[in-house]
Amino acid sequence: MSEQTVSSNRSAMAGGARARRLGSWYVAEHRLLDMRAYAQTIVATSIGNPLVYLFALGVGLASLVDANLGDGGGGQVSYLVFVAPALLAAAAVTVATEEFTYPILAAFKWNPIFSAMRSAPVSSAQIANGTIIAVALRIVATCAIYFAVMVAFGAVPSPLGVFGILTASATGVAVGVVIMAYTSTVEEDKGQMAIIMRFIITPMFLFSGTFFPLSQLPVYLQWIGWISPLWHGTELGRVLAYGLAEPIWLTVAHVAYIVIMLLGGWRAAQVIITRRLDK
Amino acid sequence: MPAPVITATALTKKYKDFAAVDGISFEVAPGESFGLLGPNGAGKSTTMRMLGAVSTRTGGDLRILGLDPDEHGPEIRSQLGVVPQADNLDQELRVRDNLIVYGRYFGIPRAVVAKRADELLEFAQLADRAKAKVDDLSGGMKRRLTIARALVNDPRILLLDEPTTGLDPQARHILWDRLFRLKEQGTTLLLTTHYMDEAEQLCDRLVVVDKGAIMAEGSPAELIRAHSSREVLEVRFGSDRNAIVAEQIAGVGDRVEVLPDRILVYSADGEAELAHLLRQGHEPITSLVRRSSLEDVFLRLTGRTLIE
Repeated sequence: MSEQTVSSNRSAMAGGARARRLGSWYVAEHRLLDMRAYAQTIVATSIGNPLVYLFALGVGLASLVDANLGDGGGGQVSYLVFVAPALLAAAAVTVATEEFTYPILAAFKWNPIFSAMRSAPVSSAQIANGTIIAVALRIVATCAIYFAVMVAFGAVPSPLGVFGILTASATGVAVGVVIMAYTSTVEEDKGQMAIIMRFIITPMFLFSGTFFPLSQLPVYLQWIGWISPLWHGTELGRVLAYGLAEPIWLTVAHVAYIVIMLLGGWRAAQVIITRRLDK
Repeated sequence: MPAPVITATALTKKYKDFAAVDGISFEVAPGESFGLLGPNGAGKSTTMRMLGAVSTRTGGDLRILGLDPDEHGPEIRSQLGVVPQADNLDQELRVRDNLIVYGRYFGIPRAVVAKRADELLEFAQLADRAKAKVDDLSGGMKRRLTIARALVNDPRILLLDEPTTGLDPQARHILWDRLFRLKEQGTTLLLTTHYMDEAEQLCDRLVVVDKGAIMAEGSPAELIRAHSSREVLEVRFGSDRNAIVAEQIAGVGDRVEVLPDRILVYSADGEAELAHLLRQGHEPITSLVRRSSLEDVFLRLTGRTLIE
């Protein structure tokens, strides 16, 4: 390479170094700006959902449950306190499902911004990272609002409960990255997204110890809870919010399950998106 | 002579057994306007994706600005502007925001990129549409916005993949005018097209590509001189008679090509050939004498027309 080329390439070197360092954040910034298009919906659902669910389940249904059992079925706390951490984790999973299904398909196909990003100095893995970071920020914000409403309802006895924002968010992102890895393989929409929501996400809500302890289910159905990240996230939230009594190894297992799913799904999403965009 | 900004040597891209790009070699000098002319499926877009440091080559060598895209993808892309075949603007964002968001990928500070966005909207004749939704723009406007976006980082090379495909004639002329200005400012342009008039308008030099390989290389005038006659006489005898008449007039001019809808007679003097045909008693339904174009070069080199 001639001296002249080297010096004229100084700006290329600087531009490349900047993108290698900050590319994921550039993508996240872009995705957050995109969310402005439906910001009103985000704000309305973030505030409306906890109010609706906590009134309906934590107050309405709770009056029935508490009157019949005198506690949350687990023998420790009121139904409101029992159900609130589950609703928090479920809210995180809902946002993740929303953000990692159609918006990902769209970014490949109908509003192909991924290919546009790829022409800029960022890599495909950074496109995956930035997308995940942006959604993670939305999930954390949603959970923080949810948590504030829970506190207002008197649903969080322990100060440690605030860490439930993090465990719930991590649960949402863990589910989300796995969905993202899958949706990134979808070339044509033949209703796969609806199938994910109806046959994976909805049963997960119902069988993850959300509304009643997993132990209330027949043994042959309990495995659904064990493999469900939502169950692990919910139980962690309960440990933090009111000190749910469970063996320490189980708490460790909850954390491990979510971390492994999050890291594994994240890596899979990077690999699949790279394969698709760099071909 | 300054060092080339692009050097491709036996550049190859294989998908399993299929070679989309089959060992092409060319160089592009700084400030040059270089074209890849070929039909759909010739491997133009695949080549562009390799030049854009997105798709990895499977063989041969490639240097962009002296750098290997395998090693220095981000560095190379920081110096490129890319206009893909299909617009990939962000429809969730307004027109001006599309430019600003894109500028951020190059690490341009917000204030600088805002000013740059306004200049580019002016250049793209979209200043009055700054706040419009992308969806509300016409095809030609979207194309100009895509080009404006590609210029946001003040690129050293602008890659344009079929920049005017699907646009109406007026929109094409506006676009050509903008690209011509860039060329005058010294931006290196590399474009693919299957329109010979576009290649003739914009390219200093081009390669004719077919089935992943280069068939010929030169300026439009050189290619026409080397592979075609000065003029072409086009005569139509009706689709059922063209082939029959073509056989009867086989010796006329330098060469006779028969297409389904017409016969082409290559000659230095088209009018003289027409007079000759009439004297022989061949009365075409319509006749036209025109100058040779790259379309004729392509037909000569591949035996096929560009747009099929």
